Formats: sequence, structure tokens, C-alpha cells
Amino acid sequence: MRLTLNIWRQKSANEPGKMVKYDVPGVSEHMSFLEMLDVLNQRLIKQGDDPVVFEHDCREGICGCCGFMIDGVPHGPQRGTTVCQLHMRYFKDGDELYLEPFRAEAFPVVKDLLIDRSAFDRIIAAGGYVSVNTGSPQDANSLPIMKQCADMSMDAASCIGCGACVAACPNASAMLFVSAKISHLGLLPQGQPERDRRALRMLAQLQEEAFGACTNYGECEAACPKGIKLENIARMNRDYLKAALSYREEASAGGAA
Amino acid sequence: MSSVAVPSGFGRTAALFNSVVGKKIVMAVTGVILFGFVTVHMIGNLQIFLGPDRINAYGKFLQENVELLWPARIILLTSVALHILAAWQLTMLNNFKARPVAYVKKAALVSTYAARTMVWSGPIVGFFIVYHILHFTTMHAYPGVAPDDVYNKVIYGFQRQPAAAIFYMVANILLATHLYHGVWSLFQTLGVNHPRYTPWIKTGSKLFGFVIGMGNCSIPLAVLLKVLPRTL
Ligand code: HEM
Ligand code: FES
Repeated sequence: MRLTLNIWRQKSANEPGKMVKYDVPGVSEHMSFLEMLDVLNQRLIKQGDDPVVFEHDCREGICGCCGFMIDGVPHGPQRGTTVCQLHMRYFKDGDELYLEPFRAEAFPVVKDLLIDRSAFDRIIAAGGYVSVNTGSPQDANSLPIMKQCADMSMDAASCIGCGACVAACPNASAMLFVSAKISHLGLLPQGQPERDRRALRMLAQLQEEAFGACTNYGECEAACPKGIKLENIARMNRDYLKAALSYREEASAGGAA
Repeated sequence: MSSVAVPSGFGRTAALFNSVVGKKIVMAVTGVILFGFVTVHMIGNLQIFLGPDRINAYGKFLQENVELLWPARIILLTSVALHILAAWQLTMLNNFKARPVAYVKKAALVSTYAARTMVWSGPIVGFFIVYHILHFTTMHAYPGVAPDDVYNKVIYGFQRQPAAAIFYMVANILLATHLYHGVWSLFQTLGVNHPRYTPWIKTGSKLFGFVIGMGNCSIPLAVLLKVLPRTL
């Protein structure tokens, strides 16, 4: 099949970008979307042009590197699919598509479709962890965990941090991402000691990063390639409210007084 | 250790309103109060269909219970002020700044029209509230209508100015869409989301918006269609 692609081309963070039209013939329906771009890039390189820069790594939907907008939808039209796993059989001959980077103040464009998502890393560093003592592992069954909690935690943990939720949100809010991280730890016993602090710190960092606020549109949930649920945002709001009202500072430096 | 300090003591109360989730919680709580108000207000006003005596007695009851009326007014005005302040700040300081470069193409997958127009339905309803209070409460007098004759004040008010009646209906349809999204939204903001209840909450939210909208619109509409006759 033959496609027409309008791709956002931007040389660097500080230069203005624009949409450029490309004619892409000879696309096989067995290609993935990224393979189709590889073919285009091969041709651009042969012509002596700059290839289209896009981020990718695993190409199997688990690392969270890939992602850009296809016709205004993060990762393209197929629900529950990262763009690396999106196959060309979902498109038809003659389609004209618009490819743009995920857009948010907090996600500056580095080049073309490549954005800087280190804001997410800083949010994780602010509280998206559990502190554990390393050493020999404890017995696997010493901490009983309800099946339902384990399942919900695993569902939240399937967030790959790609940023599609931010890209889809009309407010460029990162609440779905943060709530997934807060939920997957907060649903497990290991996540309890730092639960209050985690909600306060991750949300404070979220605000530092210039993401918008949630107005419950639900676009994030619909666009998420991993099916992260809005329910997580409600849980995050609960955690935040409880923490904001009841959190206590350490009374002393800790240890035996 | 994170570089983000968690404030303590009094600072924490301020921090609650400084945080985006805290502001949403303030909007949700004030939303519940306003939601209660519009319900009672509508039920009270629908008594106009029961005739002049009923609605005028209701008006008299409100005026006579000053010790209830003023606390209620203060709570409502504070709620409106906080609701607008939080909405204004979240919209202007956070949301409108979060995506400075717009998409060339952007699709809406699931968001409702009501949700996308909250920032417009809200201020128009706010403007309507001011107009409405000027229109009926602080009131310009109608010649020949006693100040406590609520029934005829309303009929005159809408008959003399059909444009006002139409503005009332437009504003209340927008209030209905505001509630259509707002009611479910407040549950989500306050942390109530469960696969068993959320579908019901969403349906209830739509129904509530619809009932409030229809109930409020029915009065100016009935006056315009002369279903409610003047008694003077
Ligand atoms: C007076 C002017 C008003 C303005 C400027 C305003 C503005 C807004 C805005 C911008 C939102 C946030 C949109 C969102 O979260 O999706 C909102 C939410 C809401 N509004 Fe209003 N609104 C006004 C009046 C009202 C009234 C009269 C009521 C109730 C009868 C009301 C009830 C609500 C509720 C329940 C929410 C949801 C809160 C939440 O998300 O948790 N609002 N409003
Ligand atoms: S490249 Fe790893 S998720 Fe797409």
C-alpha cells in the first residue's frame, strides 16, 4: 500500500518545527508502524536527507520508549497497543496520516518525534519507590497478599511510563501515570510505610513539572496502551487527602531515643 | 531522599489549597454544597405551579427566617467564591499553560461535550447567578406588584422581558451540562470510583443534570407559553 505521512520535523529543541509531507510507497501490511518508518528513513538517508527521529527500544510493547501521535491519538488508532506493536494492516492504501510528538510543557521536543520525558523520572525519584533492606531474601510466603490486591497492583504496575496519558489529556495532566505508580506500591504491604509521604511528594513533584490538573475527561484511560484505569486516580486522590490531613513528621531523628 | 519538602503545621493547610489535588477537593466539596442548593432551590421554585398562595407562602417563610437565611447565604457565597477561585487558578495557572504548542490534529476519544465545556458552562452560570440575584432578589419593582408577591413578580419579570426568560433557559441548560459532568467528577475527585458503583454514579449524574435543567427551565417556559397566568 501507499501512504502519505505528514510528519513533524524539528531540528532541535530551540528551533521551530513544521509538518513535512512524505509519500511512502511499498508499505507491507505485515510491517509494524516503526518498521514502516524505518523504510522511510532508509530512503531519506540514501537521498542524503535527515532521517525522522523517533524513540524506540524493545519494540514489543514493554519498555515505554516509543510513542507519538497518529492522527491526534497517542500510539495510533488501535486501542491497547503501543506504536511499536501497531501493525500496518490497520491502515489502508491511500491513507493520509499526521504524526506529531506528544505535546506538553513538561515534555520538551528534542528532535522530530523525540521528546524528553525525564519529568517522569523526577516524579518517580520523589517517592515512587519502597525502601527495602537488601540481603538474603525472606521466605516467599511470609507476607500474605490478597489475590485481588496482587491483581490490582499488577494491573497498575503494567504502566510503562510512555506518556500517552499526558499526550491524550486536554490539560496535559500526568495524573494517570502518577496514580498508577502510587497504586501499584500502595496496594501491597511493602508499600504501606511510605504511603503518605509518597502521595505528598510525588504530587508536589508533579506540580513542579508543569503538568496540568485532572478534570476527569477520561481521555488518558482511553489512550493508555496498557489499560490503566481511572480508578487509580481516585485511589491517588484518597491517598493524597488522607496524607494531607494525617501525615506526621518524624518526631526525632529516629532510632532508640 | 526527595528534594521535595513536606510542609508541617499551619503550612499544611495552605499546602492543601496550593496543591492541584487539594484545589480539586475544594471544588468537589463546594460543588456538593452548590449541588444541594440547586436541588432545594428548584424544588422550592416549582411550587409556583401549585399557585400564588403556595409560592408566596414559601417566599415569606424564607424571608421570615433570617437566622437561617443569612448563614445559608454566607455558606453559599463562600462556596461559590472558593469554587470559582479554585477553577480559575487550576485553569489559568496549570491547565492552559501545560500545553503551549497545540497539536495540528487532536482527536477526542471518550470525553463528553459536557466535560470539555466545563470552563465555559461554569463562568456563564456564574454570570447568570449574578444577573439572577439582581433580577429577582435585589429586584427592580414592577408597578402594581407588592414586593412580597413572588408569584406575580416572576410572571411580570418574564413576560415583560422574554429575552430574560430565554437567557434563564440557556443558562440552566448549561447548568445541566455542568452538573452532568460535575457530579460524577466530584465523586472521582473525592476518591469514590469502583466498578460496581461508578456506572450508577455516571447515570445518576446525567439524570440529575437533566432533572435540574428541565425543572428550572419549566418556569420561564411556562410563563412564555402562558401556562402560568397573571393574577393581577
Ligand atoms: C459560578 C460559577 C462557576 C464556575 C466558574 C465553575 C467552574 C467549574 C470548573 C472550571 C470546574 C472544573 C471542571 C472539571 O473538573 O471538569 C467545575 C467543576 C464542578 N462544578 Fe462548577 N462552576 C461554577 C458553578 C457551579 C455551580 C452553580 C455548581 C453546582 C450547582 C457547580 C458544581 C460543580 C461540580 C460538582 C464540579 C465538579 C468538581 C470536581 O471535579 O470534583 N459549579 N466548575
Ligand atoms: S519500543 Fe518499547 S514499548 Fe514500544
